[in-house]
Amino acid sequence: MSMLIFEQSQQDRCAAAQQPRDVNVTLDIPAHLLRDDQPFLPQVSELQAVRHYTRLSRRNFSIDTQFYPLGSCTMKYNPRGVHRLAFLDGFLQHHPLSLDVHSQGFMSCAYELQEILKTVTGMKGVSLTPMAGAQGEFAGVAMIRAYHQARGDVARTEILVPDAAHGTNPASAVQCGYKVREIPTDADGNVDIDALRAALGPQTAGIMLTNPSTLGVFEEKIQDIAKMVHQAGGLLYYDGANLNAILGKVRPGDMGFDVMHINLHKTFATPHGGGGPGGGPVAVSERLVPFLPTPMVAKVGDAYRWLTEKDCPQTIGRLSTFMGNAGIVLRAYMYARLLGKDGMHRVAEFATLNANYLLARLKAAGFTPAYPKRRASHEFIITLKQEAKELHISALDVAKRLLDYDFHAPTMYFPLLVPECLLIEPTETESKEAVDAFADALIQVLQEAKTDPAILKNAPHNLPVRRLDEVKAARELDLVYKPVVE
Amino acid sequence: MPFIPHTKHDVQTMLATIGVDKIDDLFDEIPASLRGASLASIPDGLTEMELTRLMRERAKQDSDLLCFIGAGAYEHHIPAAVWDVTSRGEYLTAYTPYQAEASQGTLQLLYEYQTMMSSLMALDVSNASLYDGASALAEAVLMAARSNKNSKNYRILMPRTVHPHYRDVVRAIVGQQGIEIIEVPFDPRTGTTAVASLQKYANDITALVIPQPNFFGVIEDVDALTNWAHEQKAIAIAVVNPMAMALLKAPGQWGKNGADIACGEGQPLGVPLASGGPYYGFLCCKKEFVRQLPGRIVGRTVDADGKQGFVLTLQAREQHIRRAKATSNICTNQGLLVTASTIYMSLMGPQGLRRTALACYQNAHALRDVLTAIPGVEVVFASPMLHEIVLRLPQSVDTVLSELAKFNIQGGYALNHVYPELGNCVLVCATETKTSADFAKYAEKLQQVLSKSKGVHAAFEKKTLVDCEKGV
Repeated sequence: MSMLIFEQSQQDRCAAAQQPRDVNVTLDIPAHLLRDDQPFLPQVSELQAVRHYTRLSRRNFSIDTQFYPLGSCTMKYNPRGVHRLAFLDGFLQHHPLSLDVHSQGFMSCAYELQEILKTVTGMKGVSLTPMAGAQGEFAGVAMIRAYHQARGDVARTEILVPDAAHGTNPASAVQCGYKVREIPTDADGNVDIDALRAALGPQTAGIMLTNPSTLGVFEEKIQDIAKMVHQAGGLLYYDGANLNAILGKVRPGDMGFDVMHINLHKTFATPHGGGGPGGGPVAVSERLVPFLPTPMVAKVGDAYRWLTEKDCPQTIGRLSTFMGNAGIVLRAYMYARLLGKDGMHRVAEFATLNANYLLARLKAAGFTPAYPKRRASHEFIITLKQEAKELHISALDVAKRLLDYDFHAPTMYFPLLVPECLLIEPTETESKEAVDAFADALIQVLQEAKTDPAILKNAPHNLPVRRLDEVKAARELDLVYKPVVE
Repeated sequence: MPFIPHTKHDVQTMLATIGVDKIDDLFDEIPASLRGASLASIPDGLTEMELTRLMRERAKQDSDLLCFIGAGAYEHHIPAAVWDVTSRGEYLTAYTPYQAEASQGTLQLLYEYQTMMSSLMALDVSNASLYDGASALAEAVLMAARSNKNSKNYRILMPRTVHPHYRDVVRAIVGQQGIEIIEVPFDPRTGTTAVASLQKYANDITALVIPQPNFFGVIEDVDALTNWAHEQKAIAIAVVNPMAMALLKAPGQWGKNGADIACGEGQPLGVPLASGGPYYGFLCCKKEFVRQLPGRIVGRTVDADGKQGFVLTLQAREQHIRRAKATSNICTNQGLLVTASTIYMSLMGPQGLRRTALACYQNAHALRDVLTAIPGVEVVFASPMLHEIVLRLPQSVDTVLSELAKFNIQGGYALNHVYPELGNCVLVCATETKTSADFAKYAEKLQQVLSKSKGVHAAFEKKTLVDCEKGV
């Protein structure tokens, strides 16, 4: 068990060299507005804090220490050089409200990233401010709404979302004031075209699609879908979660999409940080350019300047206090420069090679792909429905047992429509050896399921804790530490 | 190949296993007419050495500035250990802690963060963070709208003393959900929101937003505002600078019953300025609102052996379970920034945070004194303040700031663009990082700029007039 930092705290202990000097000052603030108690913060030495948080870090899996075949999350290597360079003083000490003349270094990077993203997506305008994929979705749907409203086309109340979509899609559409209608998937993993045709109408504002879909297959009829939706007067939103599968191969703009977000923390290798920060820039076709969220960077001659609400009167507005997750924008820019155009072409190729190779190995070992007739994209799904029935084990058990083999578990139980599924995405930065080792481990776990299922059911065995009681956590909420008073 | 480890031999073996001849065959389900994206306008790749050279040049362009801008982002000293430890790969490159057993480091840290932040706000619970301060306020407003069953009209009172960008973001995010944001003017003498000025809105109010200190750096009478909100059966939403809460009364202590929700920008607690992000938003509340609290929340529980452990909890509120019925579409927090902040708060402790807040107070007052000694430079609001102050300059604020920029001094934030009534006013900030030598330098250059442009000023105005007439 790891002690909490509070349990190492002692009254009057502190990290003295890190604190400012004591000042003797008379306050003119009314006494009733001053705090008269002491907040419950740790009182520890610098060494205690450093050791505690260093030791805690060792209780995490991470890309730097483990392989993460986590479908839909694109856990590729995050280059160290990029992180180091983002910490250069001129970037780190730079105030977001600095005058343009003091911001040219940062703005040049942001501007060039806008241009690079336009090129790889085949779109006409980019705003970098959304701070995560979900905020990019919100911005995208808000732009669709603003577009219809600007044309006086106000009867469109519905956004269509395939049943395999990420949960954020419907949630974002609702946040923009839309009703959501689900579209079913056919047996091969494509959108059910007849159901789509039946759902389209004058109430349709747009459709949100991921392509390749969350089922790990390319939507073959995407051009037909685009035509149908456009004919009905709706717009197409591209969820960029799976952009890694097509980077440098196919562009969403060419498929007929009007708006999309790009997950910088996936495709452009910015670190996930234990659950954020991310980056969710939006890219749009010509007709949505006036509605992009502000601020953006413009280039006038050799100088860069901010575009604000004053320059963009039809903008959907501001989504962050300043300029989104600027440091993530900077890191994505650097990654794009390291890759260059050739490197970018290779992303989808090698991500797809790794996925199809891993799928081939697992198929040969007896695993069941969810869509056996289909090519894998950068990821694929296996279903453990049969194993669950015969061996009484679940996808969760397999996932937890993989942790014992020092592999992060694949994404489980998503998409919701495939029973007992594992969604597996190896990414292009993993070596053949790493992919092989994972395949071997998964094959070994399947063997264990046949000979000793209890070892799966009780897994993990080799981690700092065993399986945790989530029901207790939700029923007996313990969200903040309260010291026991002696 | 950058970041791709495959040898030619690997590729051949893998293709043979798959049963295709070349990598391109793997894309055969994509219609041929769509394949072949042109990336011609993207530059060729750089080596790490070349990139280092390029980025050093870019960073240098924005370097060596003496910064007196605050306005929502504050330069504080960040102990070396904070980002040394935060940059460990195990924090930096970990995924969201959905696999709890493989994420106990991040999860325990978040539990410790929740404990620290809720105590700093004097409230019962905290989530594991949101994107930034402005979007946290938008989520607080949505939370209030869901929670307040007494109010039918979804009317939110938003003082104009709240950060103008926060107000913009709230409008953009909640605008489509039938929530009305009513802006409340401030008292031009004190720069605060007077309770008397709220009275005319006193009919079915969902929530009142209360900033502390407010955007002008001024201390608001939060007790009176909180009590007024509760008298209207409205929810009191505090939006505060967390650093200030080591010195000022915390939201949970405001008025008779305390504010219900507190939110704000976590950046002052160990996060560098970095052009505006990534920062993180914090969101705390009384326990009766916990099920309406958006974002991730960590709970302490036990494992199969009864040993302490941590998990994400109350996930039934979230979008990956609830989809269209979720409390919010948010599915990340800003884990890395919270990691830095938790380490920062541990190193500072209650004493270090209070000292920092006091040093800011002292420096801001010292800066005020040297600047207002210059003829024509005046304090605008007669109110107590913490680490920022509004000053009126005798000349155009934009011109003065541009002139100061030539000396690499960032003289503050010009208020005339967002508050037309505050023409020639600048919001100036001094944190604990500044010294009396810095103040003297600022004062000297300001004086120089003001006296130089006095003469030039008249000529400039004349030229502008001529340009306007010419249609330039």
